Amino acid sequence: MATDTVKEHVEQSEGGAWDGGKAPMKASYGKLMMWYFLLSDAFTFTGFLIAYGTLRFSSPTWPVPDFVFKTFPFVDASNELPLIFVTVMSFVLIISSGTMVRAVQEGHRENQKGVVFWMLMTIIGGAAFLGCQAWEWSNLIGTEKMTVTRNPFGTHTHAGAYLNDDGSINDEETFELGGSYLIHSVEHAMHAHHGEGGHGDGGNAHEGHEEGHDEAHHDEAHHDDHGHGHHDAHVIPAEYQDGDHGSYVVKDGFVHRKFKIMDEAGNYSDDTYTEAFGPKAFGALFFAITGFHGFHVFSGVLFLFIIMVNAASGQYAARKNGYEMVEKIGLYWHFVDLVWVFVFLAFYLL
Amino acid sequence: MGHLSKEEGIKAVKKGLVLLAVITLIEVLVSLFGKGHLGIDPGFSFDVNLGLYEGPFAPLLIVVGLLLIGLSLYKAYYIVYKFMHMADEVKGLRMSVILPMLLFVWAIIAFFQEGKSWKDRRDVILEKNKIESSEVVSKDAVKEEAVLEHGAEH
Repeated sequence: MATDTVKEHVEQSEGGAWDGGKAPMKASYGKLMMWYFLLSDAFTFTGFLIAYGTLRFSSPTWPVPDFVFKTFPFVDASNELPLIFVTVMSFVLIISSGTMVRAVQEGHRENQKGVVFWMLMTIIGGAAFLGCQAWEWSNLIGTEKMTVTRNPFGTHTHAGAYLNDDGSINDEETFELGGSYLIHSVEHAMHAHHGEGGHGDGGNAHEGHEEGHDEAHHDEAHHDDHGHGHHDAHVIPAEYQDGDHGSYVVKDGFVHRKFKIMDEAGNYSDDTYTEAFGPKAFGALFFAITGFHGFHVFSGVLFLFIIMVNAASGQYAARKNGYEMVEKIGLYWHFVDLVWVFVFLAFYLL
Repeated sequence: MGHLSKEEGIKAVKKGLVLLAVITLIEVLVSLFGKGHLGIDPGFSFDVNLGLYEGPFAPLLIVVGLLLIGLSLYKAYYIVYKFMHMADEVKGLRMSVILPMLLFVWAIIAFFQEGKSWKDRRDVILEKNKIESSEVVSKDAVKEEAVLEHGAEH
């Protein structure tokens, strides 16, 4: 039990536990300090998450997570799979926590082989999580063009309908109040258009608007310019040059669709509006907080690897303290899982 | 942190994994239900102008939110007490780690209130600007009329 480990520790230390003869809180110095390090780390993460909540409360709208996070690797983006991928990521981290518990248990049983095997499983789990996160980030940055200062995910503050090319209202393409949209980059819009145009690269380049709203604009022009099924990224076709294009405006490489809002009686406004970017803070908060967590996972994998190598070399077996080092890195690893519980709650569930 | 036998250890880990996985699944389902994804109309929608959820079942959304937070806290408790073996530590150690966390209770209430207040202030200012700009327009209109009349006299 706890006291056994402490006794072992006392026997080893020259001047007794912590040199005072009696370990404070009946824990070894290393373990107690790991707990306090994790406490301070918890304060850092909570500070970040409180900042997220505060800015979210201060914004009139906020990107809806099930709209933002609805893509899955190797699945066509027109298939909406809200939150499924992050659920998989959570499972990966939970399972790696379980394998870590096994490693600590085997350490208590002084089973070197078991410790090394289960730590290896934990490392694989951590690496898999990092891989998932890398995909999620590259999708947000590469495909959806989110940056720390630009959030292409917006929310409609009124019900309304998109416009046709001639400026008339398109009754087919209506949206509800609170509905989400993604401002496509020109490149993205061209690809999305391409997929629907039947040119063959349907793959994951296609990224639908909510309810499949991004029907092709200017079909004829597109077909004329790009009939060969392959894009030259450097040539921007006329319909995506900066300026007003009837049903949408292209500005700084982004396609902002035009719409009219509908009042409660069902009448459309005279004024025409264009879709705006969503609250800026979202991108910065997302990358900072999931990035900081990902950095914890990354450094955790590194430490796990070092400790696994040490365990394999018999270094901890010689200490005869029940692989306490494995226990300490275990505490850290579970903490990383614990933080993910709250990152998952704040960014994806709520 | 008992020296469990291999079988006991495996059993404990399995139990923990199943529990955490099931809670996570429930959380995702509750979250998707709250956003109207499960093919069931949750009976409330977000009114951006009011900043409120409205509809006959709007209070249900608070239940959804609280349920998600509660389940996450339970997962946190389980990880700390079972996986990290906090339960086996002495009371002093447990309390020295957990009690400081209580500071967050007030931090969360205060900061979220502050965030809401920023939004309300901004709305007030936007509303004021709207009123003032329409006043400026009408004043300008009066001036223009005066100029026109003046010009007509000449």
